[in-house]
Amino acid sequence: MVQKLEVLVESASQTAGPYVHIGLMPTYAGNAGAYAQEVGVSPIAEGAQGEIIEIVGSVFDGTGWALRDAMIESWQADAAGRYPGMDGADPAVSGLCRFAADAVTGEFTLRTVKPGATSARGGGTQAPHISLWIVARGINVGLQTRVYFEDEDNSTDPLLARIEQRPRVDTLIAKKTAPGKYRFDIRLQGAGETVFLDI
Amino acid sequence: MTDLGPLIPRNREAHPPALDPDYKTSVARSPNLPLLSMESSLSEETGPTFGHGLIGALDNNLILNWTKGAAPAVGERILMHGRVLDERGKPVPNTLVEIWQANAGGRYRHKKDTYFAPLDPNFGGCGRTLTDADGHYQFLTIRPGAYPWPNRGNDWRPMHIHVSVFGHSFGQRLITQMYFEGDPLIPRCPIANTIKDRARLDQLVAPLDMASSRPLDFLAYKFDIVLRGRRQTMFENKLEGM
Ligand SMILES: [Fe+2]
Repeated sequence: MVQKLEVLVESASQTAGPYVHIGLMPTYAGNAGAYAQEVGVSPIAEGAQGEIIEIVGSVFDGTGWALRDAMIESWQADAAGRYPGMDGADPAVSGLCRFAADAVTGEFTLRTVKPGATSARGGGTQAPHISLWIVARGINVGLQTRVYFEDEDNSTDPLLARIEQRPRVDTLIAKKTAPGKYRFDIRLQGAGETVFLDI
Repeated sequence: MTDLGPLIPRNREAHPPALDPDYKTSVARSPNLPLLSMESSLSEETGPTFGHGLIGALDNNLILNWTKGAAPAVGERILMHGRVLDERGKPVPNTLVEIWQANAGGRYRHKKDTYFAPLDPNFGGCGRTLTDADGHYQFLTIRPGAYPWPNRGNDWRPMHIHVSVFGHSFGQRLITQMYFEGDPLIPRCPIANTIKDRARLDQLVAPLDMASSRPLDFLAYKFDIVLRGRRQTMFENKLEGM
């Protein structure tokens, strides 16, 4: 027998199920007051530097139906491209937001500051983006993706550069609908399927 | 901030496939196209931190937290405990563990759950805590009931507790479920069986832990959770500015 490796195997993911909100967004589940302070209510506090933006969208299944039970977490840098915890990061940016598809319309809204460009490993920069993690009933492993912005320079972003089918890059780019307002729809499968990440 | 190295790429064989026809909802909700695999960046290697100020005194006690200590929930009293480790076997300290579950009758306190098992007025069904310096966490709760769900003609979920863990990097984010040793519904459950390898599924089955149970009070179940680790060699491309 060869030498034994001292590594463990990651615990297997299981779907978050339809009632994920009980645990992660109690107020949304109808259980306001379960916790004195809920996690990820807003990624920014009063006084956050930078442009306040609003991203609206839906998560569509393969039939084109907007999920009513999806929950999303977002993680991002501040307006100067510093992640919370890094030297000089904006103390008013916690970076994490939890938001859910509306139970009636299926639409979500993320209100935050527009992040700055961030460093890439081995040099270069990543274009401004927000990381998303999507869970719901029927999603066995949380889906990672990113929101980029159509009014930013995305030409040298290392992740976007890796997408072979160039029209698919568009699935990661939020469209400006008004000053400070963007639309970002997520398609789980089929025509226009969003690029999901393994990163 | 020190560069701890990139995340170890996710071992996808450890996880269920996105599409599993026996779990019907996954059919229209699973990507058809391959995921784009890349080495992690700051965006995945950083992650939120949570202070002890966030956590209320009863947040990890689901028997009492819904009534703020006024009256206990109905059900078999259990201690759920374990450690959060990474793939290197290193404890993950001070990380947020959140759980949610049905009550002893198998009913969730959620506006969308309409199962006719009654709500327990003294049970909310969510809890959270931070791991200690050695990665340990503990919850006091009741054993959730099994419940039926619309899938195939007569599918039932085994007793389970949903578990969400952050780790220290957004790329470590994980949601899973804890099952209970000996539950005959586990091998019949299409969700549990999205995990094709029985040994991997067994990693999610908590054994009865008599050594940690408290006589005349509660039984205990042990549930360790493993998150992605970091690769640290002498030969990494460092992140700019770190
Ligand atoms: Fe459940």
